[in-house]
Formats: sequence, structure tokens, C-alpha cells
Amino acid sequence: MTEVAIVSFAQTDHQRARPEVNEVEMVQPVIHQALEDVGATISDIDFTCSGSSDYLAGQAFSFVMTLDAVGAWPPIAESHVEMDGAWALYEAWLKIQAGHADTALVYGYSKASPGDLPRVLSRGLDPYYQGPLWPDSVAVAGLQARQMLDSAMITEAEMTEIAFRNRESAENNPHAQLRGSAPVEELLAQDYLCNPLRKHDCAPITDGGCAIVLAAGDKARDWVDRPAWLRGIDHRIDSHNFGGRDLTVAPSIAIAAESAGVSPGLDVAEVHAPFSHQEKIVTTGLGLSDSVEVNPSGGALAANPMMAAGLVRLGEVAKRIMSEEIDRGVAHATGGQLLQQNLVAVLEGE
Amino acid sequence: MAGANNSQDLLRAPLTIEFGFSRTTGPVIGAFLTGLVEQRVLGIKDSTGRIVCPPVEYDSVTGEPITEMVEVGTEGIITSWSWVNTPREGQPVQDPHALALIRLDGADTAMMHVVAADSDEEVATGARVRIRWSAERTGQITDIECFELVEE
Repeated sequence: MTEVAIVSFAQTDHQRARPEVNEVEMVQPVIHQALEDVGATISDIDFTCSGSSDYLAGQAFSFVMTLDAVGAWPPIAESHVEMDGAWALYEAWLKIQAGHADTALVYGYSKASPGDLPRVLSRGLDPYYQGPLWPDSVAVAGLQARQMLDSAMITEAEMTEIAFRNRESAENNPHAQLRGSAPVEELLAQDYLCNPLRKHDCAPITDGGCAIVLAAGDKARDWVDRPAWLRGIDHRIDSHNFGGRDLTVAPSIAIAAESAGVSPGLDVAEVHAPFSHQEKIVTTGLGLSDSVEVNPSGGALAANPMMAAGLVRLGEVAKRIMSEEIDRGVAHATGGQLLQQNLVAVLEGE
Repeated sequence: MAGANNSQDLLRAPLTIEFGFSRTTGPVIGAFLTGLVEQRVLGIKDSTGRIVCPPVEYDSVTGEPITEMVEVGTEGIITSWSWVNTPREGQPVQDPHALALIRLDGADTAMMHVVAADSDEEVATGARVRIRWSAERTGQITDIECFELVEE
């Protein structure tokens, strides 16, 4: 295996809506900051891969436009996934493993604000049995929370505590959209947004993006003092037939975690859980002990740029390793609804 | 540019996005959808003997194609639900209603659909529901207009 590390990470200041910029204008500063932070230009990058969604952009092949933000002349080798940027990072990691690249630029972005996000997300469901019902994503998540509540795997108070902790942690994250939280008792007294979910149980709607630079071996050591090495990475999927499986667990997380080498001795976990109850499914699937700090950034509950919030998790762990704040951490990204697809990566300093 | 950050100055235009295409539904999903026209609901037997409804084309454990269609009931129980306060365009019921997973009698898995009810206090996991059929049925999941609570 070729050693691959994250050497640079930049993200937008995530906001509810950025009507004054288009997607290209929004993500360009972040892409160039990620390159500049290691003194690189696009000519130093062997492979570029992005994650974004035409359904959110409102345009077919929208990622092609965003290449203007990279600067694609002279021609570059590039690819795209219609998934969170974490999966673009996986493709770039494979490209390096295959010996076709030593360096890679990865980014993910979206503006969710122009449309009705919970409705747009219904287009990702089964097109025969579920899509024609136009179920909104909050109500779909409510089905999963209900099963956890019914089987006493969580309480509404615990869900609220998860939301509270994430948004309080985000006080220390200048990029977060929601920083700080009302007290748990006050939150619990609020009406349901979508019984059994209250507003605080749901991630905000966000415009934003992020970028990461990957490098192999000595190239990574040239660029930074302390690369954040990707010790293991894997992604797995559970059935899209939500009525045919137990929604209170995500077996794909445990499989990906084992394959990625999740083991005791982790300082931090950054998990991509857009709904409060989902954090418990993820941390259980990862098998985390109580000593692991979960989401010091505030997680997706503090800022949820679609197609980027998973890649941000990898960046947040890498940032802490590069700054010597921690030695080893795990990052998790999810795709689809109800934690259907899951990616797990273990990152470590030298 | 002065004022560029003032969103009130921004030009706006509506955009309708649509990726229109038609699909062939095949022998399993197609049989299920055709059954709905006749007010019949079909499931399919998987490798473990479970009846999966709505039916899937491949076994969830072995990945092998499965073919044995079995008729199930038109009543069942709610296995999970959430309450939609603000219905959106395209949803089958335009008043506040429940999104639900419903396990029909004779089936071992649940179907996602909506339950008409006056308030969330009427809905519960385990509650019994029955299909309310659409008057015009064209072979789509919306041939089931919604489920309604069965008074017991």
C-alpha cells in the first residue's frame, strides 16, 4: 500500500444562504486556500476529484462549471462523484494506490438554499415505491428515530443532549453555521417539527464547501511537517429498502470500521450524522468507547453543506493531527438517507 | 461591487428542473404495480421464507434473483411513523398526515406510505390500518391513495 496523507484542508464559513455568489464563486476561494496552504498550484496536482449534485445545482453536469474554480488549463486529469466529497477522496486515494498519481485535490460543495432541500432529497429514494410519494427527508428520518425510541435505544432527552453538545462544541468552530445552543430543558419544551423530531434534532440547511489536498509518501512530508496519514479507509452500503431492514442499526458502518482499522486508542471521532439520533447509530457502529471525543467541530448538526459535510469530517480530524492537537482519529461520512451509505477513515500522525 | 451582498438587489428567476424519462418495471415490480390496479397487493418469498412487500427482485442475503410472488392482505400494522405537519407538493395527502412504515398482513417487511389521520395523537406504532384505494388506478404506488386507521 502506498502511504497517503491529508496535507491541507480548507472550508467555507458555512451559512444558511449565499445568494450573492454562485457555486463556482463560493468554492473557488476554498480550493485555492487549500493549495496555497502547502505552497502548491494546480500544476502540482496529478488528479482532481469533486463531489456535488446536479439536483441541488439545478443543472446537468454542473460540476463541469466548477472546474473554472480550479483552473483547468492546461488540461488536468479530473473526475467527479455524484456523492459527498468523502467519496471523491476515496476515488483519489484509489488513483494514488493505482500508481497514477502522487498528489490529488479533492473538494465537495453545494448550495442547498435555492430549493426546498427536504423535497429535493426525496429524488434520491427508490423511484418506484418511495419517490412518487415525495416523502420529505425530515419525515423519513423520523421513521428511524421512532424505531429507536420504540425499542428504548434512545430517549428524546438523549437526542436533545446530542444536539446540545454538538452546537456547544461548535462555539469553538469559526466555520460553523449554528454556534451555541439553548439549554436542553428549553429545547425539550419546544413543539415537534415532525413528531418525533424537533427542530434542534435536525441539521441546518447550509450553503458551503470544502477542499482537501492529498499527497503520497515523501511528497506529503515535503509539504507539511506532520501529515495526517490515512491508515485505513473503506465504504459500505445498507439496503435502500427501508421497510425491509432494522433502521436502528447500520451494519455497513461496523463493516467499514473493521476494514478501515478502527481500534482502541482514538482521540477524536468526527461523525456525519445529520439527525441527532443518527449520531448514536454511528458511534455504536464504530464501537467507540466513552473516552473518544465526538464531533469537537460540532458535526453536521452545526453545519451541513450537502456533498461536503462528510469530507469536512475527514478534514476536521486531519487538521487536529497536523496541528499536533491529537495523534489519531476516525472520520465518518454518510450518503443517502437513513445512514444508507457509510465511509470510515482512520487518520494518524507519524 | 457595492451592494453585491445585499440579497434584495439580486435578480431572481424561477427554474424548473426535470429529468424526464420512463422505465420498464420488469417482472417483479411490474407485477406488483399491475396488481394494485386490481386492488391486489403482491409480495415475494425470499431465500429465508420471508415475504417481502413491496417485492424486490433480488434476495437481500444471497443476491440471487427471486420469483415466487405471494398475495398479501390489504390491512396491516404501523411499524414506524412520523408526523408531517406541512405537506409538500406531490404528497398523497395534502392535509397533515403520518408518513409510515406499514407491514401488511401476511408480509414480513414494511411498505413506506402515508396514513390519513386528524392528529398525531391518533397514530401509534402497532396501530391497525387499511388501504384506501385511489378511484383511478394506473399501476403506480399512488394507486394506494393512503392508509386509514381501522377502529378496533
